[in-house]
Amino acid sequence: MNCEDAKPLLDSFADGELDLVNHVQVEAHVDECLRCDHIYRNRAVLKNALADEILYFRAPSELRSRIRLSLSESQTRSPITRLLKWRWMPAFATAAILTAVLLTTFAIYRDRAVDSENLLANEMVSAHIRSMMVGDTHLMDVPSTDQHTVKPWFEGKLDFSPPVADLSQQGFTLIGGRLDYAGGRAVAALVYQRRQHVINLFVFPNQETGANGERLLVKQGFNIVHWTRSGMTFWAVSDLNAAELQEFAADLQS
Amino acid sequence: MLGTNRKIDFDEVFLPHLDAAYNLARWLTRDPADADDVVQESFMRAFRFSAGFQGGDSRSWLLKIVRNTCYTWLRKNRSRETSYELDEEQHEAVSGDPEAILQENIDRQFLRKLLEGLPPEFREVIVLRDIEGLSYKEISSVTELPLGTVMSRLARARKRLQADAARATQSGVLG
Repeated sequence: MNCEDAKPLLDSFADGELDLVNHVQVEAHVDECLRCDHIYRNRAVLKNALADEILYFRAPSELRSRIRLSLSESQTRSPITRLLKWRWMPAFATAAILTAVLLTTFAIYRDRAVDSENLLANEMVSAHIRSMMVGDTHLMDVPSTDQHTVKPWFEGKLDFSPPVADLSQQGFTLIGGRLDYAGGRAVAALVYQRRQHVINLFVFPNQETGANGERLLVKQGFNIVHWTRSGMTFWAVSDLNAAELQEFAADLQS
Repeated sequence: MLGTNRKIDFDEVFLPHLDAAYNLARWLTRDPADADDVVQESFMRAFRFSAGFQGGDSRSWLLKIVRNTCYTWLRKNRSRETSYELDEEQHEAVSGDPEAILQENIDRQFLRKLLEGLPPEFREVIVLRDIEGLSYKEISSVTELPLGTVMSRLARARKRLQADAARATQSGVLG
């Protein structure tokens, strides 16, 4: 290696930044070339002088405190602004879309559920009105105040056995039962009476397990209470006031 | 990528480089108050951009922001200083012996004035290498210059500094 090749490499040599081949070659050249050795030594002296601690400017402690403060301020200033930063946008947009889809789905299902409840309630009211229409024949197939007469009467006529409760102690007199048709299936209709008010209690099995709390509806001036319990759905329809009809429902479930 | 608790992570990753940030800013602005402002702004920018920090060399990442903030600041406040084209050959035209023997005990404040007198492009590579102790690769990452340019610019910068020192010594300023 001659001076022309070595000179541009002397700084990198002094910095220890040369690859091994060049390092060895420059080292050999510096050993035999006084001029290049002189430049190399000058660089070493300069580097050594520059490395003096005096020339290193350390950050003042006030600046350190000021930056710490600014950082904690910008951290707490506005979490929402930070959340809206672009890097969160994909996640944010995805979450928004998912929420919208879920809400829509939920709304559709809820509307459907409300719709099916409404539909069924209308059918129950129609059945109640029909039963009251002409004479007594529509109201009862088996006129009896005895639950042990009414319950066996359904046997062979339905694919389930409706619970028949005696609520005479509570002031609701069982006066009979009949078959009816509602919600696309044959249902048991139990007829109770309080004073002059007839209560139709429609009972049919339900696929849903578990119990659903009572729901109070009003249709065409009739009060309706319905609930689900032990795989059976109960619809009580009457012109009796809502409070007493709910009392009736509560007595049946106790 | 910094974790969920960004502030704690940020403090842990970047605050240890506050001295490095200040040292570079101080040498580039040559003024303590200006360096304060530049460093504070650099940390705020670093915090804002920290989502883009993919891990790795946090010091170089921060120093790149400090350097850019410094040059933006210099352009805005002292446009005269950065307006000239760096003519590296011109700086090499030195009278006398540019490689006169440098005294081991060269006065440090004198050296500081000489370094402060270099164009910022020369000054920064010397500061990053000889004062901060960065490798050529790290300097390349901070300055966004190719490795070969870092190498040649550093050689020219030192030669210039050496010549300035020699000239001052020869003309009897200081030794």
